[in-house]
Amino acid sequence: MSDPLLKLREIRKSFGDNEVLKGVSLEVAAGEVVSIIGASGSGKSTFLRSINALEVPQSGFMEFEGLSFDFRPESRLFPTPAQLQSLRARVGMVFQSYNLWPHMTVLENVTHAPIRLLKMPRAQAREEAEALLSRIGLYEKRHSYPARLSGGQQQRVAIARALAMKPRLMLFDEVTSALDPELVHEVLVLMASLAADGMTMLLVTHEIAFARDVSSRVLFFDKGVIAEEGSPEILRNPESERLQQFLHRILHDRVAHAVSKSSGEGAQA
Amino acid sequence: MVNFFDEFKIYGPGFLEASWTVFGITILTIAVSWVCGLVAALAQRSDWKAVRMAAGFYIWFIRGTPTLIQVFLIYFGLPQIGIRLDPFTAGVIALGINSGAYVAEIVRGGLTAIQRGQTESALALGFSPAETMRTIILPQVFRIILPSITNEAISTLKNTSLLSTITVVELTLYAQTLIASTFRPFEFYIAVAVIYLLLTTILTFVASWLERRYANLG
Ligand SMILES: Nc1ncnc2c1ncn2[C@@H]1O[C@H](COP(=O)(O)OP(=O)(O)OP(=O)(O)O)[C@@H](O)[C@H]1O
Ligand SMILES: [Mg+2]
Repeated sequence: MSDPLLKLREIRKSFGDNEVLKGVSLEVAAGEVVSIIGASGSGKSTFLRSINALEVPQSGFMEFEGLSFDFRPESRLFPTPAQLQSLRARVGMVFQSYNLWPHMTVLENVTHAPIRLLKMPRAQAREEAEALLSRIGLYEKRHSYPARLSGGQQQRVAIARALAMKPRLMLFDEVTSALDPELVHEVLVLMASLAADGMTMLLVTHEIAFARDVSSRVLFFDKGVIAEEGSPEILRNPESERLQQFLHRILHDRVAHAVSKSSGEGAQA
Repeated sequence: MVNFFDEFKIYGPGFLEASWTVFGITILTIAVSWVCGLVAALAQRSDWKAVRMAAGFYIWFIRGTPTLIQVFLIYFGLPQIGIRLDPFTAGVIALGINSGAYVAEIVRGGLTAIQRGQTESALALGFSPAETMRTIILPQVFRIILPSITNEAISTLKNTSLLSTITVVELTLYAQTLIASTFRPFEFYIAVAVIYLLLTTILTFVASWLERRYANLG
């Protein structure tokens, strides 16, 4: 394996006396797609958010594209605000709630950061944004405001907005969880195409089938640690009992959900 | 009895000038109050306790004391410690600081209406907190608070009449000087009321035009 793009060592994060990340280490090579699964509250979001320092860990080390941080507050390598901004500008993040800016058109949402932060000329930012929007099939919507878009469309624009900064690494935190089931597919298709293009991605997801198909590696989070890690194969043949139980429960929830849904539709008919 | 047009010719220019004064005071006061209100609202979310407390004290003091006393404090009180202001400036400052406390409360309400995710998505792209506030949060807050901020501007406009007590020749004081020589309070106060109505109505129209302009967004 060549030099990893991202190196994390012993990342710890507590909220008050609730220790959420209990020393998590991870290396991600360029082009890898790493899926993170795990029960609610196991620290998946907190982990992703530490990678772009939306949550600053209490301790731990990080290396990314020439930046190296030591998160112990007294450390000389503790990130400065300017370093944090430069880190975030190079790591794209997409959230469960798309968080598009409602006072800007789709095009403005996508060009705002490149114009302001990369000092890209407006015409160029616009051209690149239009190319991105064509790619995600929303070129026609470029002058619409987010409120006029479906959830799936908004989430695709949110992905385009992050891509406009030309990040080396993309973080996705349950980006399809807030979507109506029929809108999930279009977002997953876009993410799969990014993965196929070689984008390095870390994604938290409950879409087990998707994780199995696109990931190069899967991490199972449990109570603030990586409890199991391996190829997507571990989703078929989990080693630890905890992962077995987790997968079983997810499958069970799916079935229950599908049954209640079809019986609901039956009742309406 | 003198006919209406002759009266208008005699008193009209004076009323017009006094109206301009009211208009000028109002615009400047609104500017001062927005600055004070924005600073106080942001100060209330500061990481430093002293800053939060200063902002809290400002809002508490202004909202808990009569506007007229605040005007007197600035115009009559400050000279005692060596700060002498002309009536117009003292009036703008006093009313601006006064209205600022109410604007601060309005802005604070607007800020709480913006979801946390709006800030986070901007920070995650690499925007600084200040830039996030300026280009992402405040433009949204402004749209939300426009109706309340208009009401506050209308209060400010009407409060300018208090400045007659510190010798600003605005509408009320001008009318009072006319009444002193003509003994016709009814007509002249009606005239003042009508002019105020006209001004507040214009302000309301401008605001609803702005609101309509923004209505199609988000
Ligand atoms: N800002 C915060 N302040 C206090 N506690 C927090 C904060 N963010 C997260 N937590 C706590 O940290 C723990 C882990 O939360 P996290 O969001 O990382 O879990 P998760 O694995 O993403 O769960 P989910 O699947 O529900 O999204 C939870 O107990 C949560 O209450
Ligand atoms: Mg989460």
